[in-house]
Amino acid sequence: MIGLVDCNNFYASCERVFRPDWEGRPLAVLSNNDGCVIARSNEAKQLVEMGAPAFKIPPSVRRELILVSSNYTLYGDMSRRVTATLREFTPDVEIYSIDESFLGFDGFRIERLKDHCQRLRYVVRRNTGIPVSVGLSTSRTLAKVANKLAKKVAVYEGVCLLQPDSEITRRILEDTPVTDLWGVSGRLGQRLSQMGIVTAWQLREADPKRIRARFSVVQERLVYELRGIDCIDTDDYGEPKKNIMTSRSFGRLTSDPQEVRAAIRAHAARGAEKLRKQGSVARAIQVHLKTNKHREDLAQYYPALVVQLPHPSNDTRVIVGAAQTALSRIWRDGYRYMKAGVMMLDLVQADSLQHDIFDSPASDAERERSAKVSAVMDELNRRMGRGTVRLGGTRGRADWKLKAELLTQRYTTRWNELPTAKT
Amino acid sequence: MNTIVDVLGQADLGAPRSSIPLAAGEVRAGFPSPADDYLETTLDLNELLIPHPTATFFVRAKGHSMERHGIYDGDLLIVDRSLEATVGDVVIMAVDGELTCKQMQKIGQRYYLCSGNEHFPPIPLAGCECHCWGVVTDNVHSLRRGRSGK
Repeated sequence: MIGLVDCNNFYASCERVFRPDWEGRPLAVLSNNDGCVIARSNEAKQLVEMGAPAFKIPPSVRRELILVSSNYTLYGDMSRRVTATLREFTPDVEIYSIDESFLGFDGFRIERLKDHCQRLRYVVRRNTGIPVSVGLSTSRTLAKVANKLAKKVAVYEGVCLLQPDSEITRRILEDTPVTDLWGVSGRLGQRLSQMGIVTAWQLREADPKRIRARFSVVQERLVYELRGIDCIDTDDYGEPKKNIMTSRSFGRLTSDPQEVRAAIRAHAARGAEKLRKQGSVARAIQVHLKTNKHREDLAQYYPALVVQLPHPSNDTRVIVGAAQTALSRIWRDGYRYMKAGVMMLDLVQADSLQHDIFDSPASDAERERSAKVSAVMDELNRRMGRGTVRLGGTRGRADWKLKAELLTQRYTTRWNELPTAKT
Repeated sequence: MNTIVDVLGQADLGAPRSSIPLAAGEVRAGFPSPADDYLETTLDLNELLIPHPTATFFVRAKGHSMERHGIYDGDLLIVDRSLEATVGDVVIMAVDGELTCKQMQKIGQRYYLCSGNEHFPPIPLAGCECHCWGVVTDNVHSLRRGRSGK
């Protein structure tokens, strides 16, 4: 069995761990640079659209809504804690995005698996404060479907197990539009509907050879996945518009910093290329390394770090630079690494971005200047406190005071920003 | 006369060098060196104070009501969320949406949050909007100004 563990409204949940007074209230997280909504708590979902620019939120809604700026330092650290806690429940944990992991449960007794995952939910919640949902099935695609149900249907209590050949699974797949499936884009959905395939069940029942002839081997695998046969590797299989993961095993264990550095550079460059190919830009990236979990004789280390990009970007140099910075922060000598990966986070369509001064197509000279400016800003902000110097938006009505209020503390990574408890 | 050998496996040439210190001096078979007792690495406070790093958070105490428990304004509390709170523990509770540091007590059949200060009466847990956020295992109380990141 494969489990997909997904943190519920991850960014909003991270903020709430340290602000219990925000529990049950509508909360939205804004991107730092252009101030549009990138995450919402359940209560905020009826109030604001995903991607809505902050300055377009009407005052009546604004009064009800808690708005915060994205705090990637905090989200990255909380993500690391959640993933580490998951490893207490199975050694086979594969990070899929900042808030999702695939768990392998080979050799676990299936009749005990639901209880095991309920325990997992309880422990992750207790130890980190983050609520999670678990979808279980025999393939990743079905585990994704199960996860959606675990989140949406109260009766599952956060854990849903789908047996690939059960009557229930059949009914669920008949009710699932093919475009809801993992890795099925709108365009592929259109082409499938021209073949008369509209529901996930119809795709499951389709002739794999015919699908392969019409599309490619990737879509053929989807048919097998829906039948419960695990045949998609998460590497190189990102959903468009959500996140892009590029990772690879080294083929043998390595402790050579040069080799790991080269791998991270290659992954970052490939990630940037994929962003450009689908017309997206990323707001942040995550870099992670893995040792070999099956080698119990060796020391284990699974670091991961999120770095916010200076501005949403798909520029190879920006992304490679950020990835190398992250790597040098998490690198430790003496471990033998098996795998390295880079993830592009919080993607937006490049053309939907509001232009801020650094978003316009820039010449090399301009870019260099902007990099210098960024470095000076960072230095000032580091020395004199966050938010001392910021980019002026081109929207005219930048509300400076409001902006400063939107930043939450980096509760877990800075001595001077710890949460306080009243005695 | 042939010697029979077993192949044990390939030598692992990529293994990192072990950093275990070696005993100084010669090894005399049969006589353990008295220096062996002194083979130690440095002491690591994390090992002592933070057995569950992924569930441990640092919280700053604010106020004077817990001084009888040795917690002073500005102290750095080490909070382990993986522990189940029991009677007598000092805990961080979310009370009415605010993180609060109190001691958990049982008086008769009821649980209370107490401060060890007569100016702050015990808060009964029943009927109050609260949940346990974590157990305070240790307190870093600095004796010099400008320590513990204040």
